[in-house]
Amino acid sequence: MTPRRLAIDALRGHAVNMGDVHHFMHKRQFPIIEGRNVTFVWRGHADAVQLRHFIYGLPAEIPFHHVAHTDLWYCVVEVPEMSRIEYKLNIMRGGGREWIRDPLNPNLAHDPFGANSVCQGAGYETPTWIEPDPEARRGTLEDHIIYETQFGEPRRITIYTPARMRPTRRYPLLIVHDGGDYLNFASAGAVLDNLIHGDEVLPMVVAFTHPGDRLREYPDDPRHVAFIAETLLPWLEERYPLYGTPERRCLMGASFGAVASLSIAWRHPGVFGCLLLQSGSFAFTEIGNHSRGPAFDPVVDFMNRFRADPGLPSQRVFVSCGTYETLIFENRSIVPLFEQIGMTVRYREARDGHNWENWRNRMREGLSWLYPGHLWMTYE
Amino acid sequence: MRCPLPPGLGGIPGIPVPTSHALTHTGTIVLCGPQRLRPTVGAIVRDLGVKGPIGLITAGWQERETEDEELRGHLGLPAVNLRLYGRWEEVFHNDPEVFEMHRRRQDHVRQLQHLHRRRLRRAMSACRDMLQSEAEPWLIEPERADAIAALTTIDDHHLARVKALHLRFEAEFKPAERPSIAAQRAEIAEVLQDVDVVAIAGGHVAVLLNRLRLLALRPLLATRTVVAWSAGAMAMTDRVLLFHDSPPQGAGDAEMLDHGLGLAPAVVVLPHAHRRLRLDDRGRVGLMARRVRPAQCLALADGSYVIAEQGRITAGSEGVRAFADDGALVALPAGAFQ
Repeated sequence: MTPRRLAIDALRGHAVNMGDVHHFMHKRQFPIIEGRNVTFVWRGHADAVQLRHFIYGLPAEIPFHHVAHTDLWYCVVEVPEMSRIEYKLNIMRGGGREWIRDPLNPNLAHDPFGANSVCQGAGYETPTWIEPDPEARRGTLEDHIIYETQFGEPRRITIYTPARMRPTRRYPLLIVHDGGDYLNFASAGAVLDNLIHGDEVLPMVVAFTHPGDRLREYPDDPRHVAFIAETLLPWLEERYPLYGTPERRCLMGASFGAVASLSIAWRHPGVFGCLLLQSGSFAFTEIGNHSRGPAFDPVVDFMNRFRADPGLPSQRVFVSCGTYETLIFENRSIVPLFEQIGMTVRYREARDGHNWENWRNRMREGLSWLYPGHLWMTYE
Repeated sequence: MRCPLPPGLGGIPGIPVPTSHALTHTGTIVLCGPQRLRPTVGAIVRDLGVKGPIGLITAGWQERETEDEELRGHLGLPAVNLRLYGRWEEVFHNDPEVFEMHRRRQDHVRQLQHLHRRRLRRAMSACRDMLQSEAEPWLIEPERADAIAALTTIDDHHLARVKALHLRFEAEFKPAERPSIAAQRAEIAEVLQDVDVVAIAGGHVAVLLNRLRLLALRPLLATRTVVAWSAGAMAMTDRVLLFHDSPPQGAGDAEMLDHGLGLAPAVVVLPHAHRRLRLDDRGRVGLMARRVRPAQCLALADGSYVIAEQGRITAGSEGVRAFADDGALVALPAGAFQ
């Protein structure tokens, strides 16, 4: 079978000049998506260029090829359909190196560390429900300070209340770890507005928590567990019209935040009936030591204890993970454990990495499964 | 002036509704699309020449039933809210036996709906398979027709089962004879004595339909002009079809809920169709059109409306689109009738 001809084939293997390069670049969007082949392009003078991506399974740095006598560099990577990949370019000159975003690609994803360029593979569609919908009624976000905490210092909580909330009605509760990041990088406010407006999820009260030292507090730190279950929960149920029943209380988090959610539910079985765990850092060992670095020591310690004696931390759990994450195997392996102990599990994978837009994109399915709205019945 | 229906539909332009569905009321029923972003009911009511008070039914809004200031302002005429939701809550409060019987009936309805949904999965899948299959027409068309007939059999069966539940509830429980319910029904009838036009808002269609049925509104509405939108419009028709092609959970198979009040028969109305349905998917549109025959599927855009009177459905505005058997969407110009 003849290999498919790619756009870059017009340049590679031929004697080309800058006019050919200009012609190649004209009216093209980058990276070039041609089925499963993605061509990344960079222009400039360098000693070497590399694709620095965040895909588990590929070499961490993929070299670009230089088209002789031009300033054009390229690399072709096979990317499965529906993939979403965050990346940077590593430009090496004169013994130094610089990580930059792809100047030819306007598509960016932001996170607490800055922003990455985004490659959307063939068939990937940006969800329609992540942008503010002018038709959707807006909920309210309000900051509160809880002064007396288990940490010996005040903690800020951002509370989302749905549009048209009524004190005479009862609402489910969602407690979100890394709340600021969910709001800033996963569009959580707009997502909630849209899903509630479309009756895809129940109107709910959401407590976005803001950690101190999350790497220390999230992996089963007794102070954090007590803060959420014994301070924040009563504080919320005293002030807001909540159901106050386990099946209408949900803990949510991504990465270490998922570990925190699980550890709280594990230490308070029967209190939180729902969990939404995204790309959980569920590292564990069967024998010997782990190799993920010291930050994971308390995680592995907790996960090993949990796996040895899981109990029944919650009733329903939505688990999601990107197939390009190093954590994919840990997440896959925790699903049968949840099922064995009697939890109802919904598990979803996506061709994405350990990032906020992956977690944003799974919120619709997770929330609508845990707190389904009256979509089929409501026609306003 | 009325225009004939554009060609391309399964029905024949100007065909009257089947005699078995002939209208039994003397009023006009106006079925409107969503009103929130493009309110038109005020203008419709003025066009009808209404001067007197308007009866409001906002039970689909549930606890928000009485938050009707915006609606009243839009109508611009004196209005009285019939408070169907609140009245039934009072019945529940005053008569625990009613609450218990109703809860039990609703539990049975929910179970039936769940079973209906499960049966639909395979039937819908078979229909889509046949519609996508290619073969010579004389080979494939009978298979398609039979697959759709199997689907409509399931629909009819479900509607009959739900109707039987309602009849059993009526026979065993005799709601009309219970003082708590009879008093509410009498009060509503009294309020409506001075009302010629009733406006019925959308919202939760099952809740709305329940309240309309339990408080026996059908005979009271049948002698009046009704302007109903979204879920309110769905409740006025003969069959209420729940629909969403891309829900976050499940297959997105449209499912029959229940019979409506049947004041505007021969149509199945689909408010918010452009938001909830893949209208560019001819297979889906065509299947829905054929599934509800002899009724006509009508997508009602925001603010659009049709008029049901004298056994005919007439497009009252732009924005009304009929589903054709071949999957086309046919825009009905104002004045076009079915």
